[in-house]
Amino acid sequence: MAAIKYSEQLADVEAAKNLGLLPEEFDRIKEILGRTPNFTEVSIFSVMWSEHCSYKNSITWLKTLPKDGPHMLAKAGEENAGLVDIGDGLGCCFKIESHNHPSALEPYQGAATGVGGINRDIFTMGARPIAQLNSLRFGDINSQKTQWLLKGVVKGIGDYGNAFGIPTVGGEVFFDDCYNVNPLVNAMSVGIVKEGETVSATSYGVGNPVFIVGSSTGKDGIAGAAFASKDLTEDSAKDLPSVQVGDPFQEKLLLEATLEVIKTGAVIGMQDMGAAGITCSTSEMSAKGEHGMNIWLHKVPTRQEGMHPFEILLSESQERMLVVVEKGKEALVQAVFDKWDLNCAQIGEVTAGDRLKYYMNDELVADVPADVLVLGGGAPVYTRDYKEPAYYAESKKFNINTIIEPNDLKPVMQFLAKLPNLASKRWIYNQYDSMVGGINMSTNKPSDAAIVNVKGTKKALAMTVDCNARYVNADPETGCAIAVSEAARNIVCSGGIPSAVTNCLNFGNPYNPEVYWQFVGSIKGMSSTCLKFKTPVTGGNVSFYNQSSYEGPVFPTPTIGMIGILEDKSLQTTLDFKTEGDVIYMIGESKNDISSSEYLYSFHKTKNTPAPFFDLETEFNIQAAVISIIKNKLITSAHDVSDGGLFMNLLESAMVNNLGFEISSDSAIRKDAFLFGEAQSRVIVSVSANATSALETELKKQNVTFTKLGVVKGTNIVIDGTNYGSVSDYKQSFDTSIEGYLN
Amino acid sequence: MKFGVVVFPGSNCDEDMVYVLRDIMKQETIKLWHKNTDLEGCTHIILPGGFSYGDYLRSGAIARFSPIMNSVIPHAENGGFVFGVCNGFQILCESGLLPGALLHNASRKFICKNVYVKVDNMNTALTNSVPQKALKIPIAHGEGRYFADSETMAALKKNNQIIFKYCNEQGDVTAEANPNGTADNIAGICNAGKNVFGMMPHPERAADELLSNTDGKFLFESILKSALVHA
Repeated sequence: MAAIKYSEQLADVEAAKNLGLLPEEFDRIKEILGRTPNFTEVSIFSVMWSEHCSYKNSITWLKTLPKDGPHMLAKAGEENAGLVDIGDGLGCCFKIESHNHPSALEPYQGAATGVGGINRDIFTMGARPIAQLNSLRFGDINSQKTQWLLKGVVKGIGDYGNAFGIPTVGGEVFFDDCYNVNPLVNAMSVGIVKEGETVSATSYGVGNPVFIVGSSTGKDGIAGAAFASKDLTEDSAKDLPSVQVGDPFQEKLLLEATLEVIKTGAVIGMQDMGAAGITCSTSEMSAKGEHGMNIWLHKVPTRQEGMHPFEILLSESQERMLVVVEKGKEALVQAVFDKWDLNCAQIGEVTAGDRLKYYMNDELVADVPADVLVLGGGAPVYTRDYKEPAYYAESKKFNINTIIEPNDLKPVMQFLAKLPNLASKRWIYNQYDSMVGGINMSTNKPSDAAIVNVKGTKKALAMTVDCNARYVNADPETGCAIAVSEAARNIVCSGGIPSAVTNCLNFGNPYNPEVYWQFVGSIKGMSSTCLKFKTPVTGGNVSFYNQSSYEGPVFPTPTIGMIGILEDKSLQTTLDFKTEGDVIYMIGESKNDISSSEYLYSFHKTKNTPAPFFDLETEFNIQAAVISIIKNKLITSAHDVSDGGLFMNLLESAMVNNLGFEISSDSAIRKDAFLFGEAQSRVIVSVSANATSALETELKKQNVTFTKLGVVKGTNIVIDGTNYGSVSDYKQSFDTSIEGYLN
Repeated sequence: MKFGVVVFPGSNCDEDMVYVLRDIMKQETIKLWHKNTDLEGCTHIILPGGFSYGDYLRSGAIARFSPIMNSVIPHAENGGFVFGVCNGFQILCESGLLPGALLHNASRKFICKNVYVKVDNMNTALTNSVPQKALKIPIAHGEGRYFADSETMAALKKNNQIIFKYCNEQGDVTAEANPNGTADNIAGICNAGKNVFGMMPHPERAADELLSNTDGKFLFESILKSALVHA
């Protein structure tokens, strides 16, 4: 027994500040409770009102994102993840989430638990995860710290995802000095659920029992949400207990048991325990179901003796779920968890009213209303000031004529092919099981987006994660519009129709007005583009404070996860050149533009330049044209022009089957801009020689600009009659570049 | 002929194996739960891939103690067909039904990619219908480096128990084609009785036309053919 009762350990404003609350927030808590809160209660408020859980500095702007689409079953914020109707009585449930701060301190566990958390968000809704993707950002690959972070993150994602048994089918990796201290680790999961078998994160029915299932509760990850809501500093290593520890074996058992328990019909509501653990799941479910709960913390299975109430409440131990069960059906639930050898303990009951009453043995240690804790309820909402940073106007002054075009472009090509941002990421993705499940249709047929079979239907899903953060930094609105457009373009080039978006908004400190300007611009760009493509934003997460106190913020990185639908699997379209003699076309237009290209940034080391050329209307029309020519089976390959420009695009299509190409450049623009510029809205297609007139007719009908570039020929790269070397030589350095840094 | 795919806690290729046997090969197939001991009349037992019991100890070291293994082992000793893929292969080695052990890959990293294998012994229930060419079949494992002492290796060779070797696309067994440092490029073996098989590559991931690679299907066709001959 504690010397002083927990309920009598009153908190003051200093204690609140230490937990990350603002003085005015502490005042509000006093006002809400009508008394001074005790330490346990302030702990509860501190995690629930943290940026991570409350979205207090972002929600005003998030609400402006388009939520409605023709196929939405659950809109953003309604459930743990968005749900899209894909027909055939099936829903697709998908979400992306960050685990940046834990990964910065402890890359292996940080990344592993990121994978675990996002998958739980999917199966807590009753969906079976079928595919995973990830989007990673690291600092300078030459630094030992980056290499340590990269190896740990990749091993963490691999060990967790591989054992969990869901294929990792896609992703992106990008290196820039701005991520030296603060890497970004964003994990996405996609699941499938039968219509009518979804479960809601809700709680109702007075007297219904509340169960905690899965792993025991330990001291790991205590106040992880609060930790994620401040800048990384040199002292952050002291926060190591804020990093959770993952157990993919438990997660696999929890997945199977969860899906099985739903089938018993005994489940009223369910929510996984991620950020803020028991506190978050009890308050969010109660608020949603408009009921209260009595929770008996001493009944929670713990890993060690003597845990304090606030530790049990705030623990972010992984692989746990809160389940509200229909009274009288407890035995059905218990039997399932017994079968899978998992904990299943009743820790409370649903009550009338809206109070959450947490007990430790006989003592009421915290008594708070559910609704005031949660986003959309009483959690604080702030509007932040923002201001255009000076670099923005400065970047607009860039003039391409100040960059001297190299006489010989072959060294540039060799440089780009092995640049870590452009080179093969096989050292990374070969450590992920990409084939378990037997549904990855891209293993033997590469395309811009990953294609995943939906068994038992004619359909397949296309999925991708994209964000060129350098563009977003150059111009948040245009850059984020490009991120959405590129994701859509990747899906379209693979034979799909873009369907919906999940976002992971990685930014610096929101109290910095220049960071907030980047945030607001990104949201505006995302909104207009998602509206145009009819791809609603179904959910996601916001990760602020991605900066170190001594190196400044990371590039604004609003990662876009997008899914699309192939109405028929036969629409799957690949990126590789197929046959010698096929004709290569560019749909879209070359521009005299090298702004923010990898070529300009890394070869010429010119860093502050505008986003590349982009026009939303043109982009939309180009994509509509590609959809049409794929539907009409007119082409043999499609691949969009993105990082590294036309040269990298052609090389990627050439390397798969070791087929060379001969093309002519456009005399109206600089050859370096033609080959390495990253102007948007361009797709390269190859077509059988006897189908060129049909293709041209269709493209004219679609009213888009196009150019015949050349032909698939031999095994060399030939441009304007000059031989720039063999495809296989480039492939050798492309394939082995990254392992050269890491092995 | 009836197939039983054993489900250990942590198995994650069980569904894929059932799908190939039931939906593609059109065979009667059931799942066998690890806590049971009844093989429910199955003639062909498959131990699928995955991470049984999390594989936090040596892979397969705990699964061999599962109740179901008390029935699988006598089934094998009586000449019954048992086939382990990846984690299943590891479990068979741990349980003593196959000789040798599977160590951490030489790179100490998990490896998932398409590789090529070549049949070394065509005269088995798993290989009788396989064409003489390099088969493209993916691997996905962290512990797939086959190892056995020299006596065992000699016995394996003498009895033609080495059934798959890693090779290049042209079918040449080379050091470069060895993905994990395995002894003698070994990808799969069988017991002396030629009724217990283990391999690291996943044939069930190369048996569906929708995945644009059906080289693994030859193995399942071999099983069916062999069962008909012996029926």
